[in-house]
Amino acid sequence: MAQTNHTEQHTLIALVEDKPGVLTRVASMFRRRGFNIASLAVGNSEQPGLSRMTFVVNGDDYTVGQVAKQLDKLIDVIEVSDITKESIVTRELALLKVTTTPMTRGEIIQIVNLFRANIIDVGSESMVIEITGEQDKTNALNALLQPFGIIEMHRTGVVAMVRGQANGLATGYAGRCNGSVHN
Amino acid sequence: MELTGAEIVCESLLKEGADVVFGLPGGAVLPLYGALSSYPGIRHILVRHEQAAAMAADGYSRATGKVGVCVATSGPGATNLVTGIAAAQMDSVAMVAITGQVPRPAIGRDAFQETDVTGVTLPITKHNMLVMDVKDVAQAIHDAFHIARTGRPGPVLVDIPRDVLLGEKTEFVWPTTTKLPGYKVPGEAPESQVAAAAELINKAERPLIMAGHGVLISHAYGLMTELAEKAQVPVITTLLGISSIPSDHELNLGMSGMHGMAYANIAIDEADLIIGLGMRFDDRVTGRISDFAPNAKIIHVDIDDSEVDKNVKTTVGLVGDLKAVLGQMLPKVEANVHIDWLRHIEELKIQHPSHLVRDSNELLPQYVLQRLTEVTQGRGIVVTGVGQHQMWAAQHCKFTEPNTFITSGGLGTMGFEVPAALGAQVGRPDSVVWSVCGDGGFQMTMCDIATAVESGADVKFAILNNTSLGMVHQLQDIFFEKDYVASEYTANPDFVKIAEAYGIRGIRVTQQDQVVNAVQQAMETAGPVIVDFMVKEDEIVYPFIPSGQSVKEMLEEPAPGEPSSKSSSKRSSTGRS
Repeated sequence: MAQTNHTEQHTLIALVEDKPGVLTRVASMFRRRGFNIASLAVGNSEQPGLSRMTFVVNGDDYTVGQVAKQLDKLIDVIEVSDITKESIVTRELALLKVTTTPMTRGEIIQIVNLFRANIIDVGSESMVIEITGEQDKTNALNALLQPFGIIEMHRTGVVAMVRGQANGLATGYAGRCNGSVHN
Repeated sequence: MELTGAEIVCESLLKEGADVVFGLPGGAVLPLYGALSSYPGIRHILVRHEQAAAMAADGYSRATGKVGVCVATSGPGATNLVTGIAAAQMDSVAMVAITGQVPRPAIGRDAFQETDVTGVTLPITKHNMLVMDVKDVAQAIHDAFHIARTGRPGPVLVDIPRDVLLGEKTEFVWPTTTKLPGYKVPGEAPESQVAAAAELINKAERPLIMAGHGVLISHAYGLMTELAEKAQVPVITTLLGISSIPSDHELNLGMSGMHGMAYANIAIDEADLIIGLGMRFDDRVTGRISDFAPNAKIIHVDIDDSEVDKNVKTTVGLVGDLKAVLGQMLPKVEANVHIDWLRHIEELKIQHPSHLVRDSNELLPQYVLQRLTEVTQGRGIVVTGVGQHQMWAAQHCKFTEPNTFITSGGLGTMGFEVPAALGAQVGRPDSVVWSVCGDGGFQMTMCDIATAVESGADVKFAILNNTSLGMVHQLQDIFFEKDYVASEYTANPDFVKIAEAYGIRGIRVTQQDQVVNAVQQAMETAGPVIVDFMVKEDEIVYPFIPSGQSVKEMLEEPAPGEPSSKSSSKRSSTGRS
């Protein structure tokens, strides 16, 4: 199939049953179909017994359309929606452990404050910084702190939500992608 | 009344209408067998290898339209089901596999005969589940059958630990609904899309229907034929779509694809509209995707949304149950004649007579199948294995009724022919079931001839015996410079004696004039019969579009006198018995 669309980052959200093995089913599907997950975050939803997953997937419209359809086909997946083109808010939490010396500590604290990040642990030769925001913000902080020496970084992956009244799903994937007419 | 988990499984099977199960017991699943003896309404057929249980359940399901059920114990029992389950998944066959598991406290401790079978079968089942509480058993079986038979059918595995089968008892309450909030079964397609599809059909000058397994699964054959006749649209079947329209129907062009009829493939190349019904544009059907139906718009109707636009870009994709969608579509499709198109296809048939068998003094496998199908008059069921004999059966056997050609298409499972035929015969005891076998595949599962004998499954086995792995041999012939490594059998057993060893009749055929008589004899003999047709070796299946190529590279059988695409073989004829 001709893949003429350019690759871009898509954000998908899914409501899934909170059962053992659901994450394995989802991960296995990505692996066996050759799709790449840029990030995946999963946690409880507002409804008991259901979890919400946020995927960031790199691919063209065809590939991401296939990802959404294959996800939706999994029995434990209740609904999937590609919210990339919606008005959304996205957040990611990251912890960064940075090498510090008495000479650099002040400069690092300045950078952290500029980013409205938090220092949550300070040791004699390192500190742990917590940052929450869109992925770009974490990337920027990471870039600025690189010269000081990053010992460890842990990112949670993006969670996303559609702005306004919608829950991102009711008119989501299942409503929009049932069949197609291309002219 | 309070019941054990095993008793609840049996009660649930009866509620789901499963009166036949194929299986083989072992420690972890033994409590279920203990309960089975109290449920005479469930017939258990004891196989010789669990692989046969899965494949027999598959054949049973395809022949009856019901859910096929197989049972195995934990560990090796369950892993032996795997190939049969994978075949059912690829071919969308409704199956429920019930496996015993080690007791709950032993799970995860590498206990004796422990395998994470839900993990193993995760990518090859439509769904699977490990039932950890006796209170969940009835719901699990109910959900499993619902998932297996609805939407795009597929295999569902239910893994039940031994101490759930035989431990705490609980009240048997048959669930009134499924507990599957994430499971959707499409019905009709949106009217606007159906209208768009009908408009394409009405405007088309060179339309073709491509009918897949979905036509049979959805019982849409009547409506499909109605559509084809109303608009005079020729019908091509995929391998699994064979028998969705009678072979002698004037609009039936037969199979297309890698070993399809040349005229069918050329018609696809020239068509201006392809109407794909319940099929998935598999690579054996399309060849090189960029050269598939280059002049055609494509309508694709499938119940599985993920199939639409997966392999080919559709002009109109309709997600829904095929029978329902055709019901919506038919009134919108105008009557048509397509005289020029049909006349052109008739000419193609004359120029490219791939359905004909050449004259020869040797026992050609194609000749055997043509005589066989003449004797049966296209009635009864034909089950095949995988390879050359399968393609020849697809090309030359005739069918008059739906669901009468049963073959492992997607997975291409050799050895399928023996147990699947057994399952089909158990499901349709009044039908004549011919298992068309290769000598390679037959030897993979022939241990289950014993099962056919024991269960009274009156299967007639026709081995097209070329003492080799014929399709492999053919590929080596054409693509590996005739380097026939590991494709020739030099010590095949005597299949007539094999028959005798199982206490059934065996007939050997070495010449053309023995064929009809042998087929008649087999059908007149009660019980299973093995007919060993010693066919010409080194025969090539034509037409042949090599993998990844297109109709432009199609090889057709050379006309008599024309140089063959292959020179004389270097193989000896050892191994003949």
